[in-house]
Parts: sequence; structure tokens; C-alpha cells
Amino acid sequence: MTISEIQDQIVAEFSLFDDWMDKYNYLIEMGKSIPVIDESYKTDQYVITGCQSKVWLHADFKDGMILFTGDSDAIITKGIVNLLIRVLSDHSPDEILNTDMDFIDKIGLREHLSPTRSNGLTSMVKQMKLYALAYKTKSTV
Amino acid sequence: MSTFPVAKIRQDFPILQQTVYNRPLVYFDNAASTQKPIQVIRAISGYYETDNCNIHRGVHFLSQRATEAYEETRNLVQRYINAASSREIIFTKGATESINLVASSFGKRYISAGDEVLISIMEHHSNIVPWQQMCLERGAKVKFIPIHDNGELDMEAFRSMVNEKTKILSITHVSNVLGTINPLKEMIAYAHSFGIPVLVDGAQAISHLGADVHDLDCDFYCFSGHKMYAPMGIGVLYGKEKYLEAMPPYQSGGEMIKEVRIDRTTFNELPFKFEAGTPNVEGVYGLHAAILYLQELGMENIRNYEQEILDYAIDKLTAMGDIRFIGTAKEKTSLISFLIGSIHPYDAGVIIDKMGIAVRTGHHCAMPLIEYYKIPATVRASFAFYNTFEEIDSMVDAINRVKQMFG
Repeated sequence: MTISEIQDQIVAEFSLFDDWMDKYNYLIEMGKSIPVIDESYKTDQYVITGCQSKVWLHADFKDGMILFTGDSDAIITKGIVNLLIRVLSDHSPDEILNTDMDFIDKIGLREHLSPTRSNGLTSMVKQMKLYALAYKTKSTV
Repeated sequence: MSTFPVAKIRQDFPILQQTVYNRPLVYFDNAASTQKPIQVIRAISGYYETDNCNIHRGVHFLSQRATEAYEETRNLVQRYINAASSREIIFTKGATESINLVASSFGKRYISAGDEVLISIMEHHSNIVPWQQMCLERGAKVKFIPIHDNGELDMEAFRSMVNEKTKILSITHVSNVLGTINPLKEMIAYAHSFGIPVLVDGAQAISHLGADVHDLDCDFYCFSGHKMYAPMGIGVLYGKEKYLEAMPPYQSGGEMIKEVRIDRTTFNELPFKFEAGTPNVEGVYGLHAAILYLQELGMENIRNYEQEILDYAIDKLTAMGDIRFIGTAKEKTSLISFLIGSIHPYDAGVIIDKMGIAVRTGHHCAMPLIEYYKIPATVRASFAFYNTFEEIDSMVDAINRVKQMFG
């Protein structure tokens, strides 16, 4: 599936819920299936700043595709990180760099999170794109 | 249960009448900022409707009237905190600016390389960073008084940390995370026995306890209007005249001068020396109205009611079984920081918010303190005299919901 298609799928999943509480329960479920980051990467080097909870993110590069793993000490945040991983992981650096993350607004994630939390969200997306840029540069050298 | 007329008082606060996410707003973030009664709101809009103009400068009627009102508020503040003179009352933007002013000015006049500034590990960033920065510039050091697990200051450690290099003690009256009321008179007496002046950060105390600077005998006391039902952007720095006279100005410009020549400038007398530029006159009008409002309610009545609310909240939360309180000092103001089992405060805060309840989660601008407890953050509910027992019940319901979702 393309990044766009995955985003559409996620928007469809969330639209099944009217109640914001149900959306959060779904997000919590989402967190449980996150591809967990290796313990050895749970260091300051891989922490995303700008989040109220701790978020770790790591990227591997295999066969031209970037594979993300992550974790968080807060459950809702873990769900959000996994959503981002679902969308961006297992895609090429170019696909990741050229994508618009508009599903965030469409499922109402940005409006339901205060600016502080949104900054965390923005930081995560920024970091994932930085990884893409780094691996793209590395692979063209 | 209580005879405090809370329902009637709530009518004075328009913002409390709204719903959030289709639920009645429960505002439990008063340590971050307090709501304003209509009397304060009207004082501000009234200022712009009839009184607005620049002050201290004009001979015209409007200017004289506004100047009188501004200076009358300075006198009111002087009486409110029992200062010796209105020359000792400086209007600032808030407690943060007040502390920056003292750190900078006192620092320039009294602090040199090798000197020490003594603060505590429970301080708000605004009573840490200004000292850190000033000490970096001047080659001095900041020392942190430790606390006991219950959130009380380690007084033995405090006494042992005071030495001949200590030039100032800067300490909070009440902790914004723990609610601890510090034993100021004892600390000030001890510091004074070594000739060390004391600044008290009264931001969290002023709305719950009030302040009597004569009784405390502190050398500086500061607070923010917005934490005592007055507008944002206005605060007070009290300083003993002998120190304020000796300290150089903080900001320069209009108002704080006596004479400006091309080659040199002389400065105005107190308090104007420390009030550069056009002041926040609307803020001062608002502060005036807030002080009168509090005086009418009576600080004693406020204190008693807030204690009842605090006791009720602690009882209810304790009965839930898995609440860990951060800050269990014997003497506390009406706020509680807590953890719900092993649930991350961020997760809890998101759900509690969705139930219409405004609490605060995070490090509360006190990272060294949160670090000391080795916890990620806390949930903080901070109460004011317009909160009710029913609202506490709502919070208990919300916490149960949190436990359901994340347990």
C-alpha cells in the first residue's frame, strides 16, 4: 500500500467512532502492536524532544526501505507513535520525504491535543523525515 | 457541609459557567493561573472606557486621575503586605520579572566570583534560572537545599549550607508542586544572623495565605497578579528600602530617570527607579479590584474553606487505594500532586481533560524537583475558593475512568 492509501485506511478506521473516548480506546489498542524499539536504543540519543512523555524512535535501512521502531512510557503516545510508524515504515526515503501527513488532522488528532502535545507529534514526524533524509543521502553517496 | 458561600461566589466568575466537551468545566489548575471575578474584569474594561492615558507625565485631568489611582493601588499593596513604605513596592510584570530584577541588580551590586546563592530543590524555574544565569556571569555558584521525601525542606542541611560565601537566600513561600509551606520565619532569622538577605517567592502563597513582610522580616517578596485573581502581566516586588536604594536600575528608559543628558543620565528615586517605560496601568486597576475582592471575602475564610476542600480531596483519593501523593508536608496549601498507580500522568491527564476537568500534568516548571523524586511527571490538581466538593467527586469519577482505560 502507498503512504496515501494507508492514511486513508486509518482515517476510515477512526471514522467508525463517534465518541472521542472510543477513539482513545482504539489508540490505546494501537499502541499494543507497536514494533518495539530494541532496548539497546532506549538511550538519550534516540529520544524525541518536545513530548510530555518519553518517546524513543529508531530507523533501520534495508533493501532501500526504512523500517521504524519506537516506544513510549505513556500509552496514548505509544498509540500515536505506532500510527506514524504504520504510515511511514517500510517505505523508501523519497516516499517519506514527499508525503503530507494530513491524516493527523483528518482523524482529529491535532485538534484534540494541546499545542504542547502537538509539538511532540510534529517533532516525531520531523525526526522520521530526518532519518529518511539521512538514509537517502547515505545511499546516494 | 461548609458555611462558605461558594455557590454565590461562583456567580462572580463568568468563565466558570461554561461547559467543555459537553461537561461543566471543573477548573483545578489554579496554581497555574486563577480566574477573575467580574469586579476585576470590569475594573480593566472600565479603565479603558473612562480613565486610560499615560500616567506620571501629564498635567491634564485624565492623567492626574489615572496617576492617583495607580499610586493609590501602590499604597493599597503596601498596606496589604504590611510593608513599611510605598517606596518599597515596585510594580513588575510578575514574579518571574521580579526575581530577574533582584538577581540582576542585587547580583551587580553584591555578588562576586566565588560567592554563593542558596535556593532549594523545590523551586520553580523562575527562582532557579535567573540565579543560575547571573552566577554564570559573575563566577558565583548556586546551591540547592535538599528536601525530605515528604516534601519538607531538610532544615539541618539548610543550616549546614549557609556559610561566609552565601550572599543571598532565595526561597519559595509555598511549593507549586508539593504545596509545602516553608518555615520562613525560622529560615529568615537564621540567614539574618549571618547578615544574609532573603528573597521570598510568594507566587503560590499570596492567594492562599497572604503575606506580611514586616512579620516575616524578609528582604524581598514577590508575587504575580494572575495567581491572585488579578490580571496577567502585573506583579509586585517588595524590597527593603536599604537594598533597593543600593541596587542599580534593572531596565532603563523613560520614567526611571531624573535627568537625561547626552553624556550622562541620573536616575529617579524609589520606586520609579525600577519602573521603566509605560506601566501596565490596566493591570494595576485589576490588581486593585482583586485585592478588594479578597479583603471582602476575608483571607481567614478563604484559608479555612480551602483547607476543607484539600482535606476532602485527600480523603477521597486516599480511599481509592492506589494514589501516591507527591508532597505530604504537615503544612500545605490546597493543591495535590499525585500518581495513579503506574499510569503515566500524561495518559491520565488526557482522559481527565476529556471529562471536562482541568488539571495539570508534567514537570510544572520544576524539573529538578521531579528529577529528585525519579518520576516522569505528576498530575496536579490545585484548588481555589470557588471550587466545590462536588467538583472533587467529579475528579474521583474521572480517575476511576482513567484506571478503567489503562489499568
